[in-house]
Amino acid sequence: MFKRLDDAGTTMTLTVDGTPIRARSGDTVAVAMLAAGIDHCRTTPVNDVPRAPYCLMGVCFDCLVTIDGVGSRQGCLVPVREGMKVETQLGKREAGR
Amino acid sequence: MVAEAYDVAVVGGGLVGVATAWGLAREGCRVAVLDEGDRAVRASRGNFALVWVQSKGLGLAAYAGWTIRSSNAWAGFSDLLKQETGLDVSFQRPGGFHLCLSEKELEARANTLKRLHNQPGIVEYKTEILDHSQVAKMLPDIGPEVVGASYCPLDGHVNSLRLLRTLHTAINARGVKYLPSHRVDAITREGGEFRLVTSQGEVRAGKVALAAGNANMKLAPMVGLEAPMKPERGQIVVTERLRPFLPYPVVTLRQTDEGTVMMGDSKEESVDSRGLTLGVSATEAERAVRQFPLLANVNVVRTWSAIRVMTKDGFPIYDESETHPGAFVLCCHSGVTLCANHALTVAPMIARGALDKSLVAPFSARRFHVQEAG
Amino acid sequence: MTEASELAASYELVVIGGGPAGLAAATLAAQAGVQTVLFDENPGIGGQIYRGITSTPVRDRAVLGDDYWAGGALADEARTSGALIVNGATVWTLDPTLTVGVSIAGKARLIQAKRVIVATGSLERPFPIPGWTLPGVMTAGAAQTALKAQGLVPAGRTVMAGSGPLLWLLAAQLIRAGAKIEALLDTTPRLNWLRALPFTPDFMISPLWSKGLKLLREVKAKMLVIPVGSVEAVGSDKLSEVVFDGRRVPADLLLLHQGVVPNVNLAIAAGAEHRWNSRQLCFEPVLDRDFNSSVPGIAVAGDGAGIAGGPAAAERGRIAAIAAVRALKPSASVPDPQTARNALQREESGRAFLDVAYRPADAFRRPTGETIACRCEEVTAKQVRDNADLGCEGPNQMKAFLRCGMGPCQGRLCGLTITELIADQRHTTPAEVGYYRLRPPVKPITLAELASLPISEAERKAVER
Repeated sequence: MFKRLDDAGTTMTLTVDGTPIRARSGDTVAVAMLAAGIDHCRTTPVNDVPRAPYCLMGVCFDCLVTIDGVGSRQGCLVPVREGMKVETQLGKREAGR
Repeated sequence: MVAEAYDVAVVGGGLVGVATAWGLAREGCRVAVLDEGDRAVRASRGNFALVWVQSKGLGLAAYAGWTIRSSNAWAGFSDLLKQETGLDVSFQRPGGFHLCLSEKELEARANTLKRLHNQPGIVEYKTEILDHSQVAKMLPDIGPEVVGASYCPLDGHVNSLRLLRTLHTAINARGVKYLPSHRVDAITREGGEFRLVTSQGEVRAGKVALAAGNANMKLAPMVGLEAPMKPERGQIVVTERLRPFLPYPVVTLRQTDEGTVMMGDSKEESVDSRGLTLGVSATEAERAVRQFPLLANVNVVRTWSAIRVMTKDGFPIYDESETHPGAFVLCCHSGVTLCANHALTVAPMIARGALDKSLVAPFSARRFHVQEAG
Repeated sequence: MTEASELAASYELVVIGGGPAGLAAATLAAQAGVQTVLFDENPGIGGQIYRGITSTPVRDRAVLGDDYWAGGALADEARTSGALIVNGATVWTLDPTLTVGVSIAGKARLIQAKRVIVATGSLERPFPIPGWTLPGVMTAGAAQTALKAQGLVPAGRTVMAGSGPLLWLLAAQLIRAGAKIEALLDTTPRLNWLRALPFTPDFMISPLWSKGLKLLREVKAKMLVIPVGSVEAVGSDKLSEVVFDGRRVPADLLLLHQGVVPNVNLAIAAGAEHRWNSRQLCFEPVLDRDFNSSVPGIAVAGDGAGIAGGPAAAERGRIAAIAAVRALKPSASVPDPQTARNALQREESGRAFLDVAYRPADAFRRPTGETIACRCEEVTAKQVRDNADLGCEGPNQMKAFLRCGMGPCQGRLCGLTITELIADQRHTTPAEVGYYRLRPPVKPITLAELASLPISEAERKAVER
């Protein structure tokens, strides 16, 4: 869906559901996932329907993912960090995660 | 062209009003429900959705019996609604808890229950005081600060917003005329019928049932009745949807059938429903996290406040007018718990034209004068 | 990055939002000697229009265009003005006592302000078409953000659809960046141009006229532009086709845009009165000429005050800041607001033309059937219309019946749709129908954060009784 204009900038590795992806410093988690070609970042808590980021500016809440064990983070507002563990959020969030 | 008079005009489109209207329609009455507009202060949109029995009736023993009657009728009531509308209001009665976060709280709770169950004429039902480990057997996620709780197997909860919608759907299907933005400004009785002057014209009916919550205080005298109310504000904190973890309602914390967790409860004298006191929400959040530590990182997506419909002594008022025969008033705080009674017991009384004193005499507003004289 | 614990307990001026209005306001106030803090929830300043202005990896200046780079000066001035700029700071509550609740890295703080300027800008108008919730459907703004902030361009089969100047701007930027767009489906109703005729003279003398014409020519030369009356996104788990006027094209990415509307959540939750703007088809705050809202001490500047674009936003920010400085430090030296007012007027001239010319069609604002009206709670247009028939006269009763507006976005992506659907179904106007009642937190905070706030004895007693 998206590709990078160029390859400059520091790269780093995150995992998404255990699979490593390459990201660049300055990426947000949502954008890193889009650039890595990941189709959807969550399924909805109401009907378990797949969703992906829609607005990339923090208002749609469709980019919710679990980051380093904490659920319902807006991926478009979180800058990537080396070694970050991202998980797609399936359905309702689990209390305690 | 002058419209025909209705058999009953119900004033108020909240849970008390629409449950009564539904019950009246089932009895064959032609009913109109007069309601305010979208921004009205509506307790039916701001309640905790409990169908609650424990600790009700301290000060008026009959209230406990009245409550249990409704609680026992609730499952059948919800089935009837489901048959008619296809909508499931998710009524559940697994029993409920009142959690205590200190020995002092637990002692106070035990005392309240003791006093309640010692009242003459009180109906007998079980409420136990449990210690931490007993509570933990049923609520494994409670935090270490939970000292104990009172538990009553008759407590339950429902999806109260869906209940409101379901009742509106049901009355619509039964031909009840719903008139929003028809605030009632005056009621008179002429030529054997009632004339209600509303913000959008006059409505005529053979009988009137006032179910307008706190506004009953202003409306009741128009038909020779009284409804002394003492509204107060409560605030609620609501979380995002979560996977089910809490099968029992707690009196100040419950997980809805949609997965969200609601937390309360507070009491402030303000009656500004648009206002919110942050420190109150913070206290509710703090107690919730102490009761269920796994909720600490869960997101709060909403807080709101609502004005409780509260009579002067907290107990319901059901009355029929002597000076204006055919006028009835219904006031209560527990519009959710008592919904089954209003639909299945009180509505038929109104349809027949008289309240059944054997059931509701203790709830007449005359009790306020007796108390004052005594 | 400033941590929550490092913030002072109070600031004279709190500016919320780091776009052009917020940056200009904070700069002016700080330069006048007012103790100013600016909160923005993004990792960097610039808001939407100047997103990534201090960090964009897009080095070819021609791609984003001069209007974008003009934001650089604003950003530089703000950073050297003396205002404390805090990124990653989400403001979740504001009330008439001017208490500002902010959350930074999961820690909540309450800050007392003497004056507040809300500059939370605008967001894209909802675009409820069938399939708009499918992965692979995004806003044009999202693509623009990904381009500006991270140097990403669409790859694969990309279709753009909608109406409005920003759509053309993005199309031009994407072409310049080398992206290939299959088609731009123009949903602008044909009749709009006729209705816009009376406003054309004003528009022709505004700077928007020549810029607009250039952009249109640039895009039409390189991209297939098709006027359409209907658009649908089709796919099972993600977008696979775009259907328009009976034709289908395979697609991996659909970018939607039909204008922007004020982001009203914080201002409404703060108690500021809003009204329906029937020309711009949105709710906006009721403001005086200094952009003061109906809540004393709270001003709303920028696109949040009404859509007028980036340069206008900066001027509004300056006007609001001058009023704030005069209230806080009457003896401070401030620029003459007339300069900003004149500049603002120039920027606003021609706005009427754009509003009328690009007024989105009813069909794209008032969906029917199974089209999702509320994305968070997955409520369909049919459900809303049916309940409007049941007697739900307004969005708050509708919210109670269907849960629309109860999700985390708090109505940002459904509020206008729900109001318009009720108006449509009940044959009345959005002004009559009204909008959601909104409360804090306007963005989610955790229970632990809420629990960590100061609690007075009376407040605790209200609960523990």
